[in-house]
Amino acid sequence: MTSGFEPGAAGDRRTGPGREASTLDLPEPGPQRAHAVTSDGRSHGPNPIMVIPALAFFVFFAIVPLFAVVALSFTEWDGLKDPVWAGLTKWQETLSDARTLNAARLSLIVMVATWAIQAPISLLLGVFMAGHQKYRNVLSVLYFLPLVFSAAAVAIAFKKLLDPNFGFAQALGLTWLNLDWFGKPGLALTIVLVVIAWIFIPFHSLLYQAGVRQIPQSLYEAAMIDGANGWRRFWSITIPQLRYTIITSSTLMLVGSLTYFDLIYVMTQGGPGNATRILPVDMYLIGFRSFDMGHASVIAVILVAVGLVLSITLNRVSGANRMESQMEGM
Amino acid sequence: MAARTRPNVVGGTLGWLWLVFVLVPIYYIVVTSLRDRSTFWTENPLLPPAHPTLRAYGTVLENRFMLYFGNSAIITVATTAIVVTICLMAAYYIVRSRTRLAQRSFSLILLGLAIPLQATIIPVYYMITRLHLYDTLLALILPSVAFAVPITVLILVNFVRDVPRELFESMRVDGAGDWRMLGQLVLPLARPAIITVAIYDALNVWNGFLFPLVLTQSTATRVLPLSLWTYQGEFQTDTPAVLAAVVLSALPIVVAYVLGRRQLVSGLTAGFGK
Repeated sequence: MTSGFEPGAAGDRRTGPGREASTLDLPEPGPQRAHAVTSDGRSHGPNPIMVIPALAFFVFFAIVPLFAVVALSFTEWDGLKDPVWAGLTKWQETLSDARTLNAARLSLIVMVATWAIQAPISLLLGVFMAGHQKYRNVLSVLYFLPLVFSAAAVAIAFKKLLDPNFGFAQALGLTWLNLDWFGKPGLALTIVLVVIAWIFIPFHSLLYQAGVRQIPQSLYEAAMIDGANGWRRFWSITIPQLRYTIITSSTLMLVGSLTYFDLIYVMTQGGPGNATRILPVDMYLIGFRSFDMGHASVIAVILVAVGLVLSITLNRVSGANRMESQMEGM
Repeated sequence: MAARTRPNVVGGTLGWLWLVFVLVPIYYIVVTSLRDRSTFWTENPLLPPAHPTLRAYGTVLENRFMLYFGNSAIITVATTAIVVTICLMAAYYIVRSRTRLAQRSFSLILLGLAIPLQATIIPVYYMITRLHLYDTLLALILPSVAFAVPITVLILVNFVRDVPRELFESMRVDGAGDWRMLGQLVLPLARPAIITVAIYDALNVWNGFLFPLVLTQSTATRVLPLSLWTYQGEFQTDTPAVLAAVVLSALPIVVAYVLGRRQLVSGLTAGFGK
């Protein structure tokens, strides 16, 4: 078996330099554009009407709500009548609410644990999947299967599978695994983390697979001539070469962990007690079950702020802005 | 060529372990959905049923499954069609135009990648109720379109940008306008990217839970993910039926995945990769 740390490059058309060239090689806009000016003086390019529909949908249902949620966080609103201005009341209320603070703490735990579990496994699986052996391709196809289910479906299936009386522990005769998984706070949170990993690791390992396949094979060849062993090559070639993939995937994991709602809501509804009531679940329950939209809006604003700060910080720290690199040549 | 070295024990072990971890729950869903209601309580949950039956599927189909399936199909097809159409136009404009509007639009739309849908649900609920669209399928389609725009535009822009400039120029020399270039040049060339984003967007809408939970309430507008949740309450003692509904709800996606896996996978990594 070939070492999975260095997938064969033979026949791989998606190696680094070639792909980069396709995005970075764009001609300079100015002078080229002059050629496009036709006799009818169409120097401004296509009609703006082409971008308006997408922009309109996006602004109306994504940007406006983003500002609106900030406004609503300064109101008292039960979801039915009209919102009433309440100044900073809701902010004070929220920031001193023990349950919301607990939700924030849980969100932080989930965020850190999600990353600690998923990042190493995704990376190793991605490296493994990048090998060109047939069986690895077959495995990669199967790894992807969790992505076909909705979070609601996954939540229900795991609930049944972990049922202490009729679930997998019974099937295997492992009585020590016959636990009330969703009845004990620590266990419930662990299960949530495991199921989240089950859903999302395939996607992240896919990013790593693509990243690994872009590493120039010559780096590995040179290292082998220098006598570096597999472990050494993994740490000094694979990991550094994957730094952008690591940043992208980690950003998606950390920011994504702020948004887990469906899965937890269907699986535990935030319980037992408040043991899995992370911020988005707390927001939903306060807004749409207790009808305190002002309080819920404060939580939403916090979620957006934390998400944006995280994305920006991670991009700064990495020294390369993924979005900027996407826009290069514009 | 990759040189032969010692086998990668760590990767290999993890690879096979992960396969088991992925497959066991899925296997469990399928075998349980084929079990009879009575034998569910007595048979070993992880062994295939002694007498497989489609009874559970019948129960689900008799309980308005096709209505929920239809609702999901309507919002998925409508959302995907709208998103792909408007985003292809937008991508064409963003790539071909050197105006400030093009650059600003693109930056603004990319910002949307960082906006969590959950955080906007309260204002979206407010707008939908004020527009008197609450509990309609349109209430699900409109915000779903908006939240699919950023990733769709990003992937399509990356693709349209790779269309060689000379092709545009030669068509322009032939007197083609923007709409004709969009239809006769970009559309055929961008087909793989369009299929990718279409599958990706469709998957998100099909499996979406929060918008339906907040923006609809009646049986008539219920979509599949929400129905799984209500089935769970209705069929409390009939686990095979609940899991049969899970299987049926995932079936179209499995088909789409089998048909378009390659494009989905490559498109996703093109969109999120560096």
